[in-house]
Amino acid sequence: MSSVDLAIIGAGPAGLAAATTARDAGLSVTLIDEAARPGGQIYRDIERSTRELMSILGPDYAHGRKLVDSFEGSGCTYLSSATVWHIEETTPGFRLFYSRNGASQALDTNALIVATGALERPMPLPGWTLPGVCTAGALQILLKTAGTVADDVVLVGNGPLLLLLAAQLVTAKCPPRAIVETSTLGTYLRALPHLPRALSGLGYLTKGYELMRCIRRAGVPVYRNANSIRLEGKDQIEAITFKSRGKIHRIETSSAGLHHGVVPNQQITRLMRCEHVWDNGERAFLPQTDSHGETSVSGLYVAGDGAGIRGARSAELAGRIAALRVAGKQGHTAASDTRRLRAELARDAAVRPFLEALYPPCAEALSPADDTLVCRCEEVSAGDVREAVRKNAPGPNQVKSFLRTGMGPCQGRVCGLVISQLVSEVSGRNLDDVGYFRIRPPLKPLALSELAEYDPGDQ
Amino acid sequence: MYRRLFPVKNSVNFSFEGQLITAEAGESVAAALLAANVGSFRDTPVSESLRAPFCMMGTCFDCLVTIDDLPNRQACLTEVQEGMVVLRQKGAA
Repeated sequence: MSSVDLAIIGAGPAGLAAATTARDAGLSVTLIDEAARPGGQIYRDIERSTRELMSILGPDYAHGRKLVDSFEGSGCTYLSSATVWHIEETTPGFRLFYSRNGASQALDTNALIVATGALERPMPLPGWTLPGVCTAGALQILLKTAGTVADDVVLVGNGPLLLLLAAQLVTAKCPPRAIVETSTLGTYLRALPHLPRALSGLGYLTKGYELMRCIRRAGVPVYRNANSIRLEGKDQIEAITFKSRGKIHRIETSSAGLHHGVVPNQQITRLMRCEHVWDNGERAFLPQTDSHGETSVSGLYVAGDGAGIRGARSAELAGRIAALRVAGKQGHTAASDTRRLRAELARDAAVRPFLEALYPPCAEALSPADDTLVCRCEEVSAGDVREAVRKNAPGPNQVKSFLRTGMGPCQGRVCGLVISQLVSEVSGRNLDDVGYFRIRPPLKPLALSELAEYDPGDQ
Repeated sequence: MYRRLFPVKNSVNFSFEGQLITAEAGESVAAALLAANVGSFRDTPVSESLRAPFCMMGTCFDCLVTIDDLPNRQACLTEVQEGMVVLRQKGAA
């Protein structure tokens, strides 16, 4: 059984920065990631990106190259294409079980940094399960990993990622057919009080302005205050209909990209029974963490978007802070002062309340119509869930027992927040009271044969 | 309709339901199939509805396919290999 000072799950900016920093501090480090190459989602496939593609994706993406290069020179043990399916507390420390090349192995570690990032906020709209409908993140991954675009894509929702994707598509000379924006008029008024604090994140604001200017100059039609959105088609999407400023619109398309924000990926923090808190500004559950990212489980840290949506630069800082804290606790005290980094992290986060107010989730996706599917895996509708709650299902786990929502392969990664939201809506209880699915191992489906063949003595 | 911005440089050939697909080395099976405008990858267990990739990052499981006789493979997390035999997944496996 291999044993290290620090294990890190996730090779995005938080994980890469944490690994490099921990190695500099003298720790033995193993980084485990599901993908074949480092970068997470935001810097996905950066090692095989061409000059032409990087010029389309923009300078923020290119920054990932530095992180990856530093990581590769750090001497960290890197387990790529490895899927963690269970974690046990060995107090002190943890034992990670992971699957790699069709076989399972275990890794012991004194400390664990979870840097698994964020998921798309679920956006259930009528017809969202049709082939040709995907997330804006999916379209961006398709662009990053295969230089592939959809000719007539309609982007639906709001948020910085949506704008970035639209601008990238414009730069690629394949502008979106339209943007159907779900922010309401009241949004700008509610965001205004947060603007003064956001000005210390001026770089983010000017970046956002540049993206909007790029989209406007390309003449991409933007429909504002959109609602009553329906994705229509039989075997795949054929059109999108919606209301905008009093008029009904219908746009024919074979591709739609949905997005209304990202939320922390809770699978591991829930598995480990960390305490979580519902954050009203982010409209998501966040793991409770101290100023260094340590959760309520001793020795388990979260760095990056998994602790709260702050973006890639904050993720890097948080990764370094957690790594230095771990190093300090294990006696490597030389460079473990994190005050400057934590101040930088606070400054980087100043823009977030403004962005959260400017880009609220799409109201009709937070409360889908009864006939809209909310659990994609088990094909359960919002109406089914509401009825189960009215019949006294006390929470998401009972809804799961009644209806199988969360029992499908995604294990609640897509539907989890919607189910909690619907329980809250019908019962009138707040989200902290309602809670979330109980997450159990394996974190990802595992073949029985692999489990049967697992033998810790082999290592 | 999906299209590639750049022509394939280092090609990898595999089959999907008997159809020859040419991919760029290093891509995922899901990306290669979308770029080839395959349409849908699987039928759902509950209603046999057609599904295609939704998240492209391994969280939605809508891209499940059978690869070289192994079912339940997430196409978005699997790199294309020369000669792979990829089939639609019908229902649960």
